[in-house]
Amino acid sequence: MSVPAELLYTQEHEWIAIDGGTATIGITDFATQALGDVVYVSLPEVGASVTAGEPCGEVESTKSVSDLYSPVDGEVTEVNEELNDDPGLINAEPYGLGWMFRVQVAGGQATGTGLLSPTEYDALTKSAG
Amino acid sequence: MTFTVQDTPLKSVHERLGATMTEFAGWLMPLRYRSETAEHNAVRTDAALFDLSHMGEIAVTGPGAGGALDYAVTGWPSALAVGRARYTMLCAPDGGILDDLIIYRQAEMRFLVVANASNTAVVLAELIARCSGAALVTDESVATGLVSIQGPNGCGVLSSVTDIPLAEMKYYAGAYGTVAGREAWVARTGYTGEDGFEIFCAPGDCEPLWDALSAAAPGGVPAAGLAARDTLRLEAGMPLYGNELGTDVTPYEAGLGRVVRLDKPGDFVGRDALAARAEAGPRRKLIGLFAGSRRVPRHGYTVMSGTAAAGVVTSGAPSPTLGRPVAMAYVEPGATGPFGIDVRGNTEPAEETGLPFYDRRK
Repeated sequence: MSVPAELLYTQEHEWIAIDGGTATIGITDFATQALGDVVYVSLPEVGASVTAGEPCGEVESTKSVSDLYSPVDGEVTEVNEELNDDPGLINAEPYGLGWMFRVQVAGGQATGTGLLSPTEYDALTKSAG
Repeated sequence: MTFTVQDTPLKSVHERLGATMTEFAGWLMPLRYRSETAEHNAVRTDAALFDLSHMGEIAVTGPGAGGALDYAVTGWPSALAVGRARYTMLCAPDGGILDDLIIYRQAEMRFLVVANASNTAVVLAELIARCSGAALVTDESVATGLVSIQGPNGCGVLSSVTDIPLAEMKYYAGAYGTVAGREAWVARTGYTGEDGFEIFCAPGDCEPLWDALSAAAPGGVPAAGLAARDTLRLEAGMPLYGNELGTDVTPYEAGLGRVVRLDKPGDFVGRDALAARAEAGPRRKLIGLFAGSRRVPRHGYTVMSGTAAAGVVTSGAPSPTLGRPVAMAYVEPGATGPFGIDVRGNTEPAEETGLPFYDRRK
């Protein structure tokens, strides 16, 4: 199970890559293994406002449906349209081609507030697993 | 009541294969090995192996065994020829389903009853009570391992490691023989809608038998877990106890009235209630639904007819074979479409269809 060192994480098993004011968000390898094959993902609309810790989409797998949370406050600038045709990318490359959406982080939000470091997230998955 | 979780005899195989395990009916079972969709597709197009050692096996033996079972279940086991099998049900006196079963007649005076893992204790207790004095009822669950190979190429793979002539074995038939040199009861049965075989053997023989089967095809035979088993049976329109079947349902609601042999001689548990239900007609009906969107109808979701609730989804999943979500649902007997399904607050369109969703003969 992989937990890349350059990313930050949430309790809800999202990862977040922060580059300046833009955050790229997806779900973790641990999440994809727990969910099984992802068959459908409902993403927020470009332009939509998202709020940290609130549901902004859904991830459907063979066995279950889970809410997708935004780890940060901000406005959605881009969503991964490829997932519409090939949601299996999420299982195949959760940290790469399986990314889900990008957010222009709302001004003033401290980078990393309330997010987990790779070490903290790794510990979380080990206690959950 | 205890909450210990049992391991199957194939635990070390699942560990070696890196399976994601899940607790199911008191057993630690493989949910998937890698992709459940790939496992599902392997069964539809090639072959895959399942560990089904959690299933309950109960032997009913003695000169009165057939007659005793005729009283205990809705089918007519005494009319089975040796080497044949039937799908049947154990019902309560009120006609409610306690479990669905496969009964194999392994010898003139020996029947093997295969029960769902979650219901084995109930089935055992009921069979002991109902067969009392007429036959010997023995729980062989712990002493029996069960490996299944399912898929169109399963017959060829299994044939290469068994002395049983499988090509001539009929569907719902079985025979004693050896598999990879181990004694086994091999039956042409399954829960996938595909051709396949179930191999009952001693627990200690499961692993060598599994290894021989998995090595018996070029490139190997993949393993499949419970997640694939569930989508396979759903596509095949096969009911799952706890979803489509339960104590509040009679076989008639489930569309399985054919398993109730009201034409057999003698009394059986539930006869009066089931005869009355057959006369009055089912209180609800089981239907198939295609989801009109990619959002998957799940167990417990409400089925709508217009703006009114008309029933409930019993099982739903994305169908790997058909490429869209499918569901089975109970609706009121007079309910007509167009149907919708309440998916977490939004009514998504759904199209009624006949069951099964998938038929390998078509």
